[in-house]
Amino acid sequence: MTTTVEQSPQNPVVPDRPNGVPPQQHSLWSRISAFLMSHVRQSGMVVALCAIVLLFQVWTSGILLKPLNVTNIIQQNGYILVLAIGMVIVIISGHIDLSVGSIAGFIGAMSGVLMVSHGMPWPVGVVLCIGMGALIGAWQGFWIAYVGIPSFIVTLGGMLVFRGATQYLLEGQSIAPMPHGLEQVSSGFLPEIGVNSVYHWPTVILGAVMMVAALVTQIRRRRSQLRYGQEVLATPLFIAKCAAIVAALAVVTLLLASYRGVPIVGIILVVLTLVYAFVMRNTVLGRQVYAVGGNAAAAQLSGIRNKWVTLLVFVNMGALAAVAGLLFAARLNSATPQAGINFELEAIAAAFIGGASSSGGVGTVLGAIVGGLVLGVLNNGMSILGIGSDVQQVIKGLVLLAAVGFDVYNRRKGGR
Amino acid sequence: MTTLLEMRGITKQFPGVKALSEVDLTVRRGEIHAICGENGAGKSTLMKVLSGVYPHGSYDGQILLDGSECEFKDIRGSERAGIVIIHQELALVPYLSIAENLYLGNELARRGVIGWDRTLSEAKTLLERVGLRESPQTRIADIGVGKQQLVEIAKALAKDVRLLILDEPTAALNDSDSRHLLDLIVELREHGITSIIISHKLNEVTRVADSITVLRDGRTIETLAVNDELTEDRIVRGMVGRDLTHRFPPRPQREIGDVAFAVANWTVLHPIDQHRKVVDDVSVDVRAGEIVGIAGLMGAGRTELAMSVFGRTYGKYVSGKVFKEGREISTRSVSEAIKNGIAYATEDRKHLGLNLMDSIAKSITLPSLRKVSRRMVINEHDEARVAEEYRTSMRIKASSANVSTGKLSGGNQQKVVLSKWLFTDPDVLILDEPTRGIDVGAKYEIYTFINELAARGKAVIVVSSELPELLGLCDRIYTLNEGRLTGEIARADATQETLMRHMMKGRAQ
Repeated sequence: MTTTVEQSPQNPVVPDRPNGVPPQQHSLWSRISAFLMSHVRQSGMVVALCAIVLLFQVWTSGILLKPLNVTNIIQQNGYILVLAIGMVIVIISGHIDLSVGSIAGFIGAMSGVLMVSHGMPWPVGVVLCIGMGALIGAWQGFWIAYVGIPSFIVTLGGMLVFRGATQYLLEGQSIAPMPHGLEQVSSGFLPEIGVNSVYHWPTVILGAVMMVAALVTQIRRRRSQLRYGQEVLATPLFIAKCAAIVAALAVVTLLLASYRGVPIVGIILVVLTLVYAFVMRNTVLGRQVYAVGGNAAAAQLSGIRNKWVTLLVFVNMGALAAVAGLLFAARLNSATPQAGINFELEAIAAAFIGGASSSGGVGTVLGAIVGGLVLGVLNNGMSILGIGSDVQQVIKGLVLLAAVGFDVYNRRKGGR
Repeated sequence: MTTLLEMRGITKQFPGVKALSEVDLTVRRGEIHAICGENGAGKSTLMKVLSGVYPHGSYDGQILLDGSECEFKDIRGSERAGIVIIHQELALVPYLSIAENLYLGNELARRGVIGWDRTLSEAKTLLERVGLRESPQTRIADIGVGKQQLVEIAKALAKDVRLLILDEPTAALNDSDSRHLLDLIVELREHGITSIIISHKLNEVTRVADSITVLRDGRTIETLAVNDELTEDRIVRGMVGRDLTHRFPPRPQREIGDVAFAVANWTVLHPIDQHRKVVDDVSVDVRAGEIVGIAGLMGAGRTELAMSVFGRTYGKYVSGKVFKEGREISTRSVSEAIKNGIAYATEDRKHLGLNLMDSIAKSITLPSLRKVSRRMVINEHDEARVAEEYRTSMRIKASSANVSTGKLSGGNQQKVVLSKWLFTDPDVLILDEPTRGIDVGAKYEIYTFINELAARGKAVIVVSSELPELLGLCDRIYTLNEGRLTGEIARADATQETLMRHMMKGRAQ
């Protein structure tokens, strides 16, 4: 069957590569495009948020960014954003939690029963409620992590269980009013000092402190990145980025300061966001959550206790759901059986709009906050315009689809 | 013998990379034609051009089948012309039956209604042709990889294949399954089916192929006819562009110390079938500065032994003890094993070894995050520095340590896995198939690293299916068969034949 040896004369065997390694195939071009891709994914949603804000600012003839309305947006969306923080961590770990709305409702009901019906001092009640939320999270986390039931099923069950438990606790009735102290957490403001002037001074000071802190952090990070020879943004871009951050902070500060100051919810949100962003980005635990979600088997063989990490993620989600439930009850100033319905869907949507991946291992806390704000601004803007809730839902659904579609499209282009 | 296929001057460009330049390939009717080359030489790209994965117009050059030019727009187009490609990752649906898979996308249906009787009877005939004795109604998930490969070939036969392309068909198969598969390809040749096989396994290539085309850096280097004078070294020379008289680095003088690590009377049950002992009363040891091999056919219990010792990550532990430097230690969990200075680099780096989304840096520090953090807060700069050190010292080819591991070649991924375990600072390294699926040049580098580790006094256990690799690397080789230890052979006495004899010992033929 075999006949001739076809040696190709024009291609002699040249010993050109001493190590037998293939040549560098990743050219400058692919490196630049990869760099751009990763930044499109990071900043795409921020750009989208700015665009939506501008659009509605124009459409509502300037009502959107009126100081009163900005305060409203923060107070209306606080509990969803708190849930979104927990949810994005759950999603990064490769799971989902459908029960958070019911848990929030249940905790709201529990707070009403404890603080109103039994007259418990509200700070004690808050601690008990958050503890209960963590306990519920541990219960669900146990079934998910240690028994191995898919989180979708466990939390679908939890959704039904705690919705029922809410109605049982409240016997179908609302309990009102909530203690004044708790109510203030949700609708109060940073107290004014001294005489009432045009601007709310504590807010201005707080804003200034945050601007300085943000600048210092940015500059320090860049400096040490340079020292360790890592890739950094070009100087003009970096300056533009810093200017944008400062400008955004200044605008929000002045807007809030010209109404009644920073709402307490806003402070809680900022603190939670910063803490969780730090935990997920800079701590061992955060890294382990990404590892478990990205490749559970590889994480386990690297000595990570997957089950424990998963349990912690759900304990945290439960505690944050409790915080959200308390904020919502405080805002309504009553505990109602309907509290928390569909919260889980808003939180999940926020996480995905913010760039989380349904297969786990990808997502950021800041992204989820931006995603939640996109939804919040849409809600608020469309309500000002008097668009019915039917159309609002359709639009929000399409935004979710578009955001994730954009992400998938980018990833596919980046992967090839 | 006439020419069946001619590919002329094929050039395929990706953004910034020329994957193929002016490649010529001539395949004669009724031959088995092998394509050899290092990873990245362009073999798979060439086959994707041929099978229409890259449609006509996205490349330059001509494809002539039976002398007439073909312009395939997609895979369906090439299949209509009788060209079927079987990819490395099998494209079977695990929870459908063999018969359903055979006719997937090609159903024997009338007006959209499947004729099950006809499907089953024809499936049976096809399975007989490939020598697979399984009911057509068996689920794919219930048969092994070897049999799945046969199903893929049967599926190709169902499409009236004239030219069968197999991409690394035996990479995941054990020796007897490989032999069966290759025999089948030879048999199909008798029935007029021409095959192209892409393979790294040169011994198989020289056994079954009639001619071999060698690619390097996206170019055709040469086409060789297979005869008795053609040696594997001759093929390798074409692949790497130099004589590879030394496929293994010279062994440095090293001092072999006391027993550093020992596993005694280790027994493990199968995770599902708890009557089956996957590892049965096995005792092995390794000395400081020594490289010990573990040989065995697939299913012999090598990986199972290694993984169960490393944090009991496989099966159900029954009995056995682990000793380090004479003291009994616990390796009940992975973190305990790591803490005791043991590292295990898995055979399956894509699924068990790396999170392919993560960067090189994050992959390297994952098992030892505490080393780059203080009070549980990671110091990103320490991490970057460590990653950079390993990137340089292990010669990982990537523009920076922030590149995600999914974008690296197999050899570079394996270097990341090794770096990751070296950073845990182990005394004992268990390396499971350390060179699986990586090219000759990278293999040589990995062997050099392994030698260096031993020279630095580490105790190294190498689990491998490639006997030449064990012979070229190890001081001592254990053989396993069906979960039992069947031999312990010193380097001086070890040949492929003696090893194989021990690996088959006690096996019912």
